[in-house]
Amino acid sequence: MKWSEFFVTGEPLIYAADVAIVLTIIGIVFVLTYFKKWKWLWDEWLTTVDHKKIGIMYIICAVLMLFRGGVDALLMRAQLTAPNMKFLDAQHYNEIFTTHGTIMILFMAMPFLIGLMNIVVPLQIGARDVAYPYLNALSFWLFFFGALLFNISFVIGGSPDAGWTAYFPLASNEFSPGVGNNYYAVALQISGIGTLMTGINFLVTILKMRAPGMTLMRMPMFTWTVLITCVIIIFAFPVFTVALALMTFDRLFGTQFFTMANGGMSMLWANLFWIWGHPEVYIVILPSFGIFSEIVSTFARKRLFGYKAMIGSIVGIAFLSFIVWVHHFFTMGAGPAVNSFFSITTMAIAIPTGVKVFNWLFTLRKGKIRFTTAMLWSLAFIPNFVIGGVTGVMLAMAAADYQYHNSYFLIGHFHYVLIAGTVFACFAGVHYWYPKMFGHLLNERLGKWAFWLFMIGFNICFFPMYFLGLMGMTRRMYTYAAGLGWTPLNVVATIGAVLMGIGFIVFCYNIYYSARYGERDMTGDPWDGRTLEWATASPPAHYNFPVVPEVTDLDAYWAMKKNGNGYEVKEEQLEPIHMPSNSGRPFLISIAFFIAGFGLVFKWFTLAIIAAIFIILGLILRSFDDDDGYYISVDEIKRTERLARKGA
Amino acid sequence: MGVNNHHETFPWKHIVGFIFSLLLTFAALWVALSSGLSAGAIIGIIVILAVIQASLQLFMFMHMTESDSGKIQTINMAYSFFIAVVVVAGSVWTMSFVL
Repeated sequence: MKWSEFFVTGEPLIYAADVAIVLTIIGIVFVLTYFKKWKWLWDEWLTTVDHKKIGIMYIICAVLMLFRGGVDALLMRAQLTAPNMKFLDAQHYNEIFTTHGTIMILFMAMPFLIGLMNIVVPLQIGARDVAYPYLNALSFWLFFFGALLFNISFVIGGSPDAGWTAYFPLASNEFSPGVGNNYYAVALQISGIGTLMTGINFLVTILKMRAPGMTLMRMPMFTWTVLITCVIIIFAFPVFTVALALMTFDRLFGTQFFTMANGGMSMLWANLFWIWGHPEVYIVILPSFGIFSEIVSTFARKRLFGYKAMIGSIVGIAFLSFIVWVHHFFTMGAGPAVNSFFSITTMAIAIPTGVKVFNWLFTLRKGKIRFTTAMLWSLAFIPNFVIGGVTGVMLAMAAADYQYHNSYFLIGHFHYVLIAGTVFACFAGVHYWYPKMFGHLLNERLGKWAFWLFMIGFNICFFPMYFLGLMGMTRRMYTYAAGLGWTPLNVVATIGAVLMGIGFIVFCYNIYYSARYGERDMTGDPWDGRTLEWATASPPAHYNFPVVPEVTDLDAYWAMKKNGNGYEVKEEQLEPIHMPSNSGRPFLISIAFFIAGFGLVFKWFTLAIIAAIFIILGLILRSFDDDDGYYISVDEIKRTERLARKGA
Repeated sequence: MGVNNHHETFPWKHIVGFIFSLLLTFAALWVALSSGLSAGAIIGIIVILAVIQASLQLFMFMHMTESDSGKIQTINMAYSFFIAVVVVAGSVWTMSFVL
């Protein structure tokens, strides 16, 4: 292989990216060396098993990926602003919509939510860490190196270009000969293993590690949604694992599972992809529902309306999420019986979702509403998400779908549910839990600017797409002729995208601004919260709670505040706390996964096998690992708690 | 907090389960590649071998009998069975127009 094939060449944008990547790496290495931070990086972050730090790392990666996916989106909007644009060619456009979709779902939305889960769930249930802290670190690093492997494709070897769904036969060697789709198969496999482990970890954490008194029916709504999400992850991700493995065999070893010839079934890929893919969209929406539930309840100062109905709805949604997948390919030609069945199950999902919408509205009713930034995102979610949901029911009608299918109407629909649902939830959750993560609040004024810019921009960008779709514009077309009447709405959509970009920049500036000038959270409870994460300090000591709290009610901390002085710790109650030890092995194993994956992408099997040996070695070492963690002495807890109370 | 309950004794159960799993897998391989039976018989036999191996692993590796939360285990198994049927039967039904 020649160097000119190894590196992507011939595009000025790519050369600019090369320069930016090299400068960033030099910058990071320089800063770490100059400030002597290498040891700090290794001890505090790379080897950590603390769920709060892992959560923060997930969110940092997710914000970076939001930037990457957002740049992809802006490039696409630039290309589509006017007819016959020459900004991107067809191949480059294909690569960009593929990476945009894959990154936004798998490397932005999921890690963002998993990051919030990591930070919040153990605190909400009064636990000191997750059930398997070592596994949690491994989950994160596998996600990280999977994402890294996927992201380097655009400068090394070439990006995948068959869409985020990678449909066969397009994604086969015959029609996509480069290494791009090898990256897709291998990188998603690596990060998918991490996600599956996260699902198992949090399921066990929630079932086994709740504070005394916290029955299932006293769990905060966010924890409930995470529990159900974990069930979906555990049942859906193995299907994707298998499908990706078959794809890898087809692309690397010449098997014929999804090819056109020799008895392969290319449509089976679409079938397997969506058996995972549809539950996947509920994996990113259910925790979002949980975040909104917490925020709406806190800032309406009311107990969540219809708690049991909410739980019933999420269980119902989780159940239905597994029996609707065919609605993604009604036009494949499966016949009226199959299409009717999946059409009906799809429409049925609107029922539990509608129940939830009314529950949020009734929670707001007669509440003392405070319009914080987190609350604004949550309030904006309801009408915007309903627009996405209603157009979803329109798409669910199989006969009508033959008109809507793969048009911009669909693009409008799923951006309305994914952005107004998941992205709004991520922003809302970050503003809400930011003091818990870093000990200071995000600036409200800048937060509201970011909110209005992004929310208005979002509607300007995506609402016209419904009409573009009805006018006949289909997804994934890289350019269009003048005179079709699509130009004005495309210009409007691009303006909206730019506004969203500005909103994102304001959000990032807010992080910087608040770190320097943000209001410190001395109380640990800046919002007058209802659940246990607000009972402990901001940020919590690494053992979370000096004494594990007793839960007497739903909204446990609210009940403590109403019935007494909140969560009080007397020094004589303290006992030594058992905590897990840090380990560098998850990080090193994940590097081995990365190298093995890189070897597979380029079919350098010797490299892949050597790296795989290191993975197995890591597993063997773990099996003989007798490190049972360590104890924090009562004296040290006293010292930490006194410092926290002084607000030092 | 991630502390494993140390089993002081040698994990015989796991070793036996592992060996039986290997035997069943190689048996399936032999039946499929070199037994010379008809396609129907091969599929029937390997399905039976797969079911035996699945139940073997549930009892040998998955601590099915050790748990104190029997209700959760029952719901879990029922749901797993439901999803398996949905994935397999659903795929066959959906793809039947090209089969």
